[in-house]
Amino acid sequence: MRKLAISMALLALGSMSAFAGGSAPDPSDWDAVVEKARGETVYFNAWGGSQNINAYIEWAGEKLKERYGVMLRHVKLDDTANAVASVVAEKAAGRNEGGTIDLIWINGENFAAMKRQGLLMTPGWAEKLPNFAYADVENKPTIRTDFTIPVEGLESPWGMAKLVFFYDSARTQAAALPKDADGLLDWARQNPGRFSYPQPPDFIGSSFLKQVLAEKIADPALLQKPVEEADFEEVTKPLFAYLDELNPLMWRSGRAFPQNYPAMKQLLADSEVDIIFAFNPAEASSAIANGELPGTVRSFTFPGGTLANTHFLTIPYNAPAKAGALVTANFLLSPEAQARKEDPAIWGDPTVLALDKLDPGDRARFDVIDLGVATLRPDELGPALDEPHPSWMERIETEWKRRYGVAN
Amino acid sequence: MLTRLGPVLAIGLLTLPVAFGLAGTVLPAFGYLPALGGKHFSLDPFAVLATEPALFASAGMSLVAGLGTALVSLTVVMLFTAAWVGTPAFRRMERLLSPLLSVPHAAAAFALAFLIAPSGLVARIVSPELTGWQRPPDILIVNDPMGLSMMAGLVVKEIPFLLLMTLAALPQARPVRTRALVASMGYGRVAGFVFGLWPVIYPQIRLPVFAVIAFASSVVDVAAILGPTAPAPLAVRLVGWMSDPDLSMRFLASAGALLQLVVTALAIAIWIGLEKAATGLRDRFAFAGVRLRCDGMVRAGALAMMLTSAAIIFAGLAALALWSVAGLWPFPDAMPASYSLRTWMRALPQLRDPMLTTLAAAFASSAVAVVIAILCLAHEDRMGHAPGRWAFSLIYLPLLVPQVAFLFGLQLLFVLAGVEATMPALMLAHLVFVLPYAYLGLKDPWRAFDRRYDQLAAGLGKRAWLRFLHIRLPMLARPILAVMAVGFAVSVGLYLPTVLIGAGRLTTVTTEAVALASGGNRRVIGVYAFMQMFLPVLGFAVATLVPALIFRRFRDMQY
Repeated sequence: MRKLAISMALLALGSMSAFAGGSAPDPSDWDAVVEKARGETVYFNAWGGSQNINAYIEWAGEKLKERYGVMLRHVKLDDTANAVASVVAEKAAGRNEGGTIDLIWINGENFAAMKRQGLLMTPGWAEKLPNFAYADVENKPTIRTDFTIPVEGLESPWGMAKLVFFYDSARTQAAALPKDADGLLDWARQNPGRFSYPQPPDFIGSSFLKQVLAEKIADPALLQKPVEEADFEEVTKPLFAYLDELNPLMWRSGRAFPQNYPAMKQLLADSEVDIIFAFNPAEASSAIANGELPGTVRSFTFPGGTLANTHFLTIPYNAPAKAGALVTANFLLSPEAQARKEDPAIWGDPTVLALDKLDPGDRARFDVIDLGVATLRPDELGPALDEPHPSWMERIETEWKRRYGVAN
Repeated sequence: MLTRLGPVLAIGLLTLPVAFGLAGTVLPAFGYLPALGGKHFSLDPFAVLATEPALFASAGMSLVAGLGTALVSLTVVMLFTAAWVGTPAFRRMERLLSPLLSVPHAAAAFALAFLIAPSGLVARIVSPELTGWQRPPDILIVNDPMGLSMMAGLVVKEIPFLLLMTLAALPQARPVRTRALVASMGYGRVAGFVFGLWPVIYPQIRLPVFAVIAFASSVVDVAAILGPTAPAPLAVRLVGWMSDPDLSMRFLASAGALLQLVVTALAIAIWIGLEKAATGLRDRFAFAGVRLRCDGMVRAGALAMMLTSAAIIFAGLAALALWSVAGLWPFPDAMPASYSLRTWMRALPQLRDPMLTTLAAAFASSAVAVVIAILCLAHEDRMGHAPGRWAFSLIYLPLLVPQVAFLFGLQLLFVLAGVEATMPALMLAHLVFVLPYAYLGLKDPWRAFDRRYDQLAAGLGKRAWLRFLHIRLPMLARPILAVMAVGFAVSVGLYLPTVLIGAGRLTTVTTEAVALASGGNRRVIGVYAFMQMFLPVLGFAVATLVPALIFRRFRDMQY
């Protein structure tokens, strides 16, 4: 026992010792960054619950190794908040250099948390990446404003997201499909047990809650400000009244939830539910191409608008392989990588680039992509609702867990 | 002497990780962990633990799972052995034991889930013809709040384990003679076995039964796949807190791990009470002269249950394999509409690293475990007696203490020592769990070895280690390789030690498969669960083929 206490004390001392901060590579001197990156290993912390995304990252790793001598290691997360908390813990332990994470797939409240706590590599670097010149900052405002938080070059855009719904046209009448959250509740009344959402705090599940809140709240402008400025209980009353009614009408009477989007997709494939939703408009086509969903699946969206946002890559302040992380972020922003990502046969994640900024050769990479039968055209996607301030998500998730998360 | 190292190493490996691990769990549970700012002892972690919602539901679930699993699997094993020992049916079942044992718990859990889910294979085969279901019924089977499917998943894996232990204990009870005796007194097969043989057998398999209770009450992987989710069983929630990157949650997790220890201890205590009650009941029936002559129903029932448990695993594995090559497979089709190797093509490159880690950890830990077990047994030969009861109980220590209770502390020590997520640390952790199986598996063949070969060789002037190398090792090659295969299978199936010591950076096929469970992609789960099952089978194949090759020109060694 004494031995243990001593060893723990010694080791604790060892782990507490702080390092002096090192100099971050400067992305404006790109050749130097590429030079420094060679031989580095980049630990890329990214949600790992989807096989096609994992395979895409695997591909990127091969290219990076081939071209830049950068080893990309995908650390598969089930929740990005874990990566944030790791960096928090490292900072608390004084590990200001040589952290365990080099690159994080991130957006929304996780980005807000890291930015607020000074856990990101500074100064802003994303807009200095060579490939950022192609980014569609003019038409995609969420590239510079992530869930109401100014990005300021602290994260590099990776892909676009918009909430869309999928159904199997062989089983479900298109005319009967809901046109807004209230319509969805009506639909669930007529089709009990045929809808569900992933169990929050799963990202997609929480996004559904935000969609309902955005539609039901009396004053949507409140959502653009931190939650502290509103009377949370009062303004979220319609949301939880809605859920109180919806949950018992859901799959398994709301006593069990799919754990994430892929699980919900399997439920549609098994005909257990009739309507599912995703943050990626091409997801259904991608699933059809992979034989995961029948070819009769189609997309729809709410005419009044659904949530839309951008997802990003960011670098922690204590990342050991910053140069490698910059090279990775830049490669993933390249027309080549972005076009591959947009192909539903690979992943189907919409690009953040502006096609008119690309040279003809690169534009051709996008033109040949078949978006698939189940993908809505950009003009069919409906209006974009702004994401609420990140603080809302946290409060809603906590409240959801308190009400529905344990022992029904 | 080299052999003296054996017991020292074994006892050290069996007790030190458990003891230090428990210490590393107890201290943070009482608020002491300087590295995280806990410099004073306090009861705060327990106060926080008490405020966790539905804590008692979780702990109760774990308790019930431990007792229920042990009760059902032991009953099936007892009745089956009673009803069928000495028959061709029993011998056929014996042959199925190795493959059943080698299936990792997680793979068996997936297999069950793929069968019994509302959209599972069973529902597909009987629909829509018998049920009229065009779509899966909206009923909660997998992840049911009562934990029934979780217990079923545990039972199908614990039945082969307890049957193996019973088989090992059986010869000492002299089943043939005793059965003839009780039959001559007019007892039916089952009653005669329960009155005449079971009292001799049970004390020998008592520790394995306790191990089943401990495992089932603290299991993580099976519970994560089949168990209730709102709330989850205690051990699943503990691991969630433990892997929370908010390090202050470790105090809570440690306090919870102590609660787990109490729950498991309570389950074993209740079991001991049940043992007493069962003994009393048996005596009442025995004294009343109940002979149960017409036990045909019981015998048929025991066989049916045993066959069902084996069939569930095999049919489920077939379903897994089918899903891994399935294209579109809509409900209620009994077979996929199309087949494709796409899932395999995609998964294989990502499987490479976990496969290498799995193989390295499994090979190293089983090889080292076998060497230590041999050293121990050689030392016993030297001393001239087997270890005492207490020393022998130590073998079961890592199997009796809930894994979460000491692995949390062990992980913390490894983190503080800066060796977490390294191969040696992972192998060491696996070794702790493989060693008991290596020793238990090797002791009977070792003791059964005919000493006269040794004496003969000694008479020819061979030294001890040459005798071992040239005589005993080749002659025991078969059991040694078989035990290595068992150790290999155990290591492949280890989930919690790998997750905690590998810290998410060293992943094996098993941890990847369980991580994929929540994703619900049946095709990918099919691939991983198939690999999980394939590796141990490969081990057993090597263990069977290598001796056959070595001894192909030695007729008396071919059995």
